[in-house]
Amino acid sequence: MAFYRSHILVSVDPKCLQKGSHEILDSLQDELVSHGLVDEVQVLETSRIGDPDVDGPDLIVYPEGVHYANLSVDDIPFLVEEHFLKGRIVEKLKAREHVLSDEELGAPKSKEVRVVLRNCGKIDPNNIEEYIAEDGYMALAKVLTEMSPETVIDTVMQSGLRGRGGAGFLAAQKWKFARQSPGEIKYVGCNADEGDPGAFMNRRVLESDPHSVIEGMAIAAYAIGAEHGYIYCRAEYPLAVKTLNIAIMQAREFGFLGKNIMGTGFTFDLEVRMGAGAFVCGEETALMSSIEGKRGEPRPRPPFPAVKGLWQKPTNINNVETYANVPQIVLKGPEWFAAMGTEKSKGTKTFAMAGDVKNTGLIEVPFGITLREIVYDIGGGIKDDKDLKAVQTGGPMGGFIPIQYLDLPVDYEALASVGSIMGSGGMIIIDEDTCMVDMARFFMEFTQDESCGKCVPCRVGTRRLLEILTRICEGKGQEGDIEQLENLSQEIRADSLCGLGQGAPNPVLTSIKYFREEYEAHIREKRCPAKVCRALISYEILEGPCTGCTVCARNCPVNAISGERRQTHLIDPDICICCGICMQVCNFNAIRIN
Amino acid sequence: MLKFLETIPATDPLAKPEQRQIIDQILEENKDIPGGLMVILNELQNRIGFISLAMQQYVSHKMRIPTSTVHGVVSFYSFFTTTPRGRHTVKFCMGTACYVGGVPQLIEKAKQTLGVDPGQTTPDGNVTIELCRCVGACSQAPVVVVDEEVHGRVRPNKFPQILRAVLDQGKQTSEQQA
Ligand SMILES: Cc1cc2nc3c(=O)[nH]c(=O)nc-3n(C[C@H](O)[C@H](O)[C@H](O)COP(=O)(O)O)c2cc1C
Ligand code: SF4
Ligand code: SF4
Ligand code: FES
Repeated sequence: MAFYRSHILVSVDPKCLQKGSHEILDSLQDELVSHGLVDEVQVLETSRIGDPDVDGPDLIVYPEGVHYANLSVDDIPFLVEEHFLKGRIVEKLKAREHVLSDEELGAPKSKEVRVVLRNCGKIDPNNIEEYIAEDGYMALAKVLTEMSPETVIDTVMQSGLRGRGGAGFLAAQKWKFARQSPGEIKYVGCNADEGDPGAFMNRRVLESDPHSVIEGMAIAAYAIGAEHGYIYCRAEYPLAVKTLNIAIMQAREFGFLGKNIMGTGFTFDLEVRMGAGAFVCGEETALMSSIEGKRGEPRPRPPFPAVKGLWQKPTNINNVETYANVPQIVLKGPEWFAAMGTEKSKGTKTFAMAGDVKNTGLIEVPFGITLREIVYDIGGGIKDDKDLKAVQTGGPMGGFIPIQYLDLPVDYEALASVGSIMGSGGMIIIDEDTCMVDMARFFMEFTQDESCGKCVPCRVGTRRLLEILTRICEGKGQEGDIEQLENLSQEIRADSLCGLGQGAPNPVLTSIKYFREEYEAHIREKRCPAKVCRALISYEILEGPCTGCTVCARNCPVNAISGERRQTHLIDPDICICCGICMQVCNFNAIRIN
Repeated sequence: MLKFLETIPATDPLAKPEQRQIIDQILEENKDIPGGLMVILNELQNRIGFISLAMQQYVSHKMRIPTSTVHGVVSFYSFFTTTPRGRHTVKFCMGTACYVGGVPQLIEKAKQTLGVDPGQTTPDGNVTIELCRCVGACSQAPVVVVDEEVHGRVRPNKFPQILRAVLDQGKQTSEQQA
């Protein structure tokens, strides 16, 4: 009887078969034969391996008991060479444990403080009793039974709570205006439009702790004298809408919404309205138009919503996170809240960290923490130990912050002082392989597409900026382009009605300010220093490391790669569209950009 | 109104009794609430899959508002579509994290596999590919959404497997129908 030193068990249940287990089996045999390992390694078929949550196709290698998952045929040559020839376990192909609760929100890291996110992942959002068990609706009870609307406003004022949706206006100040505005009927609105790409803090709160927002809104409604509220949620978040609707129904059943709440005579009810994919609807006046069933175009302020808002009635609009802070402030006292943060920015802020950082996901930190602490201590540094180049905050209306400001304490004023904004909390970490001109172009494509078109400078100006940036990326930039970008930016900023137009030039201006030499390299030398802009680079396969595994050739979308199995492959530069797929899929680092 | 109904093309959802019933129900439930137009259009888009010109006219009749108003709202929001999508939709997130994370490469791949550009539907009516805004799963970038299911960390060589699932299903449904 033959003696095998290893056994590979390949899962062949229907799901894995559909995803290509047979090809995996064939390829395994192939590779084992060519490496002369057939007599040492036995390949067996088996039905489903253990964990039903692991994505197939998957296989287990014994005696080590290593579980590789989510495989494709392209991984097999590398896997066989590494594991069976060189005896190294391939970490990147190992089955990831599906921790159901959390890929985006792990246990709090050392410098985090969780206020808004405190219940997320801990309680069942669809069961109001679990929220109540965490002191839920205690703050509302306290407000309704012990506090006058004025004391509520004073309390929130003392806490220093500022709006978390962008501009950072004092929440209590807005409430005060709305309270003082004459009128019988008033509204509270919650801005859950979260349109900034790369931001998902609000989604998480809505999906995991909806009652904290509902409770905060009820308290605000009491403070300003409103009986009706709307939560405007973007259509991209169907789960958040569903969770909110369930939460609202349960709150009604428990008597926290509706008529005569907790027997105090206070009446307040709430409904969810959905957006339909227009970014500008995050702007508060556009948001109100959209709730009214109209095109979501901004209108000039004043009159401010606190005076003339929804259906011309005084209205208070706050962000999800702003409201979610309120119950805690009432319960723990404004002093507790004001003790966190900096002089002018109190409390904590959630950020969605994405991009080239090791630990992507949601974090909540006190204001005043430095970017360095966020990126390195909490984020774990840059992926593949590359160098950090910039941090982008504030979404498409924000700016790039270069590494010389890494020790900047994060608060509203500090970010503004370097040309960016706090925004709602999206944070994109950018490494050395990212082209700043391309990033600026990317953001301009976004704003240009999302401009509602009402103001000419915004509509036409953003299009012009995009044209120039595209030209530069294509290697057709001219002397004077940088100056033209700057001038146009100033005009758009000065003459646009809403924050979209006013903020649109920020990515361009900050990238020019801090990375001017990259623009110049594109324009003068027709060179993209980060090797990103397709027109300015070419791909090449290196003879040494290329094993002829054919992965690149099979994945190239335009069939630009030729070569026999086990022989060095070649890219035809006339066909290659420089998409970079070959480099991503090559397991042997055999592909280089020039 | 009657005259208008006679001119509806036979393929329009309004001409199909089951869908007509859904449309009427959506209108009945929402036409009198404040700001009801958005609610109605969202429901129509969700349950019928698109909002045809005839449906827009129908809404304007029922709500007693000008057709141009309805049309203006439909055209403002990118979620509303006026033609039917394929049986399956594959959406590519074009948010910042996904752009940086490699979605553009996946789009090349999809164009190659399916032979259509973003915004188009395969000739057999099976798959529509679309670009979309950040879906809020940035920590898993690059993200592709197939129908309702979010696929994260999609590497180009894993992508065909994801597509294959919809293609196979599409084949099955058309076989069943045949
Ligand atoms: C183009 C644009 C988009 C915006 N998007 C959002 C958003 O997605 N969420 C949000 O809360 N605020 C957004 N804002 C800010 C709102 O206009 C408004 O300031 C905020 O909702 C007020 O709430 P706060 O005081 O609690 O921050 C946006 C503003 C502009 C100009
Ligand atoms: S600045 Fe741009 S988005 Fe804002 S109202 Fe004007 S055109 Fe519309
Ligand atoms: S860069 Fe893209 S197009 Fe060019 S050879 Fe590689 S995979 Fe093919
Ligand atoms: S950028 Fe793609 S999910 Fe956010």
